[in-house]
Amino acid sequence: MAEGSVSQMSAVGWEGGVFPYAVGHKKLGMWLFILSDSLTFSALLIGYSYVRVASPDWPRPFHVSSIAMATLMTFLLLSSSLTMVLGVSAAQRGDKRAVLRNIFLTMLGGVGFMILHLNEWRGLMEEGVRLWQNPWGVPLFGGTFFTLTGLHMAHVLSGVIYLGAVAAGYSKGRYGYEHVEVSGLYWHFVDLVWMFIFPLVYLLSFQP
Amino acid sequence: MNHELVHEHAGGGNKLYAWIWIYLLILTAVEILLAYVQLFPPSGMLMILMVLSLVKAALIVTYFMHMRYERANFVLSLMPAVILVIALLFIFFPDSFRLHELRVP
Repeated sequence: MAEGSVSQMSAVGWEGGVFPYAVGHKKLGMWLFILSDSLTFSALLIGYSYVRVASPDWPRPFHVSSIAMATLMTFLLLSSSLTMVLGVSAAQRGDKRAVLRNIFLTMLGGVGFMILHLNEWRGLMEEGVRLWQNPWGVPLFGGTFFTLTGLHMAHVLSGVIYLGAVAAGYSKGRYGYEHVEVSGLYWHFVDLVWMFIFPLVYLLSFQP
Repeated sequence: MNHELVHEHAGGGNKLYAWIWIYLLILTAVEILLAYVQLFPPSGMLMILMVLSLVKAALIVTYFMHMRYERANFVLSLMPAVILVIALLFIFFPDSFRLHELRVP
């Protein structure tokens, strides 16, 4: 009786050797990281949106020029996501040159994004925005803005470094398709987070 | 590394990826347009932007992150967190709207 049930269980894969998710361990690990990281960003974004909507005198420091700049940054990140996915499909075909070219373009998009973003930070700081104060209204604006965009920018920076390491390993033949795909997952996630930060932080505080 | 596993999920073609990119750009343009015309108060704007952003996130996860080509098992294991976060929106946002309306000017 007991033996019978044990063999039945192993038939559905309780003894290991079966892949219920049909993904490699690297990919599963990256998805679990993305899951936990998305909960971190969700907490920050929901907290920010809460105080943003509940405060009538929330600063609106973003004028047409800074929205144009933020739109360009969004475009860069979206396009780098496209080149990343093209790199992954090139890795699937085994086209090494196309993989390296696309990863390089992706990194370029990330670096461009960071340069524009840091320039914007500099502008806001020159106007007097600090973590605890700003010249316009609710003092919390600086704290939420720099925390949200700063954490995101840290992700972009580590993503660029990560992609560089993957590209170096791939060109030497140390890394294979799965490494490129998993790094792509990370990069798309960074892009995805920006898809929330851009409208909630910039567009909600737009001063036409 | 298990090669059978890796090659099981074929992605969509490059043409499909380019279309998804164009859709994402169009949705971004709609968001920017909404910010320019300012038809809605911040609370309404927040809800609209949230819905558009969720659509964009779904496009990215489904196609760029190959979620469409994963096993249903795997997708369903990741979904509860997303549902939790969306449920949280319905708790926190109405409360912040309430704070906004209760405020004495």
